[in-house]
Amino acid sequence: MTAASAMPAVSAHDLSVHGLSYAVRGKMLVDDVSFDVPAGTLTALIGPNGAGKSTLLRLMNGALASNGEGAAVMLGGRDLLRLSRRERAKTVALVEQQSTIEFAVTVREAVALGRIPFRRWWAGAGDDRVIDDALRLAGAGAWADRQVATLSGGERQRVTLARALAQQPRLLLLDEPTNHLDIAAQLDLFALLRDLIDRTHLTVVVALHDLSAALNDSDYVVVLSGGRVVASGVTPDAVDADLIRRVYGVEAAFVADPGSGRPVVIFRRLGDVGD
Amino acid sequence: MTSTRIRLPVPSAPSVAEGAGENPMPATPRASRRSSRLRGGPRAAVYVAAATTLPASVLLAVGIGSAGIGIIDVWQTVVAHLAGMPSPLSPLRDGIVWDIRLTRVLTAAAVGAALAVSGAVMQALTRNVLADPYLLGLSSGASVGAVAALMLGVAIMPTVAAFLGALAALTLTLLLARSLGPISPSRTILAGITVSAFGVAVTSFLIFWNVQGDSYREVLNWLMGSLAGSGWATVAVSWAVTAVIGIPLVLGARVLDAFAFGDTAAASLGIHVTRARWIFLAVVALLTGMAVAVSGAIGFIGLVLPNAARLLVGFRHRLILPLCALAGATFMIWVDTGARTLFAPRELPVGIMTALVGAPIFALVLWRHRSRS
Repeated sequence: MTAASAMPAVSAHDLSVHGLSYAVRGKMLVDDVSFDVPAGTLTALIGPNGAGKSTLLRLMNGALASNGEGAAVMLGGRDLLRLSRRERAKTVALVEQQSTIEFAVTVREAVALGRIPFRRWWAGAGDDRVIDDALRLAGAGAWADRQVATLSGGERQRVTLARALAQQPRLLLLDEPTNHLDIAAQLDLFALLRDLIDRTHLTVVVALHDLSAALNDSDYVVVLSGGRVVASGVTPDAVDADLIRRVYGVEAAFVADPGSGRPVVIFRRLGDVGD
Repeated sequence: MTSTRIRLPVPSAPSVAEGAGENPMPATPRASRRSSRLRGGPRAAVYVAAATTLPASVLLAVGIGSAGIGIIDVWQTVVAHLAGMPSPLSPLRDGIVWDIRLTRVLTAAAVGAALAVSGAVMQALTRNVLADPYLLGLSSGASVGAVAALMLGVAIMPTVAAFLGALAALTLTLLLARSLGPISPSRTILAGITVSAFGVAVTSFLIFWNVQGDSYREVLNWLMGSLAGSGWATVAVSWAVTAVIGIPLVLGARVLDAFAFGDTAAASLGIHVTRARWIFLAVVALLTGMAVAVSGAIGFIGLVLPNAARLLVGFRHRLILPLCALAGATFMIWVDTGARTLFAPRELPVGIMTALVGAPIFALVLWRHRSRS
């Protein structure tokens, strides 16, 4: 059985999540989640709908407060949960699933919101360079003056990513970022994340329910089911057919990608026998 | 021990970002829908214009009225008072200019500023371009408070009672809206209408029970929004509240920006969401409570002006709020001048004027949003 044993040894500079829990009306949405991954890597957080992925990301950036005793999110030797809200917002950024807006806001204005933790009441903006860079890195530079409301889902995703990058984070969390993207945009997004990691040694955690994308593009996987970590480790070793059957309730077969040699998963309904 | 920040490198090398990859991003689709935001010089010009129009409006509006006093005499009177010299006018006419007209114009300015700023804050907080202190039931809650304090002889000042009434109404509206499901603009408005109707019923009952004879008309006048009762006391209260609330509000306006994409986004930007929300709601209740205590329920100012301001200067409340305050003050001065002179010697409650102007604009905003949600 796959287990946490496959996880690498971590140093003080790495990401170490410890004892995060969250309950609503007695129901544990996230139940004592812990995992460690090296900095400068891409971790896929996978699991079926309702496994607690989104809640876990919100606990990690402090948007929700953990109920757990001794909860900690260590990064670079500091516990993010013990930082002030403002300091935390300068360290970790969250790209939410789909953010809607009622106001007529331009892309540049939306991205400039990422600078809010850096502003003080006596100081104005003056962050134009950072905003420009974030727009460019996220590939949203061409639309800077357009209204967010006129953008497609994929374009909006990039604006949200640019806003997160404007926070100059060391830890970037993305919640189902591929949901509204077509396949080319999905591949682009992961190439972009890789690029960011290579340039800035960013640590990235991506919640995904698309198992194939997770196996294709991540360095590590953490598998959640019912709010608990049921497996974690190096991609793709941490995931096998037995685990997929237990967590997702489907049969899975692995074949090698003829190009990269990485495993690709093929799914069947439980009980359906292949030919 | 702080570690150095990650600097985002400027990608001079081709990156996926700029569409150099195998799937280039569409370069300029729908480029025609560019924003019409003002920047730099034109934007500064808007503020200069707004800041000069306000004092000019005060000076002009003071000179307009049914007493037939020439505008030069009016200005000489104002200057004489400011300089501590004897007034050129008879005591009666001097009183009309200095104690009646000027106080009314100045009170109108503060009330207009307070209502426009309240609207902008409500809209940011509820993420709803249709939010307004009047539509969300605050004004009617404040009316209940003010009327109860006056009629029942409760020993608190009308302003404080109006504030408490506004706060209670706002809390009720938001609780009701939340209990209907995920908060949406239309649910919030429906909840506001419900609370508003209840508040109006309570106010009407209190008035019906207590008021007799001629004072009925007077109370009704105030209820529909009127600045006729202004004096130096209302000037002091309205300006003090507006300044004491408004200045820190502008300085902390970035917090309002953070709510643009919702509560989780605000929390992710380092905002203490619950605390910020309550502080801002209390601020709005205080501004609205003051406005209602001074001038009754005046609607639609808080709806129209913030939407116009956002169109001009974009989505940053540090820019929006001062413009709302200046424009709201000027707008209110002229609407009230119209209310007291158009049908002279009869006077129209100013709330009727703002509703006549504001309701069609509200319909227009609704119509522009018809395709969504």
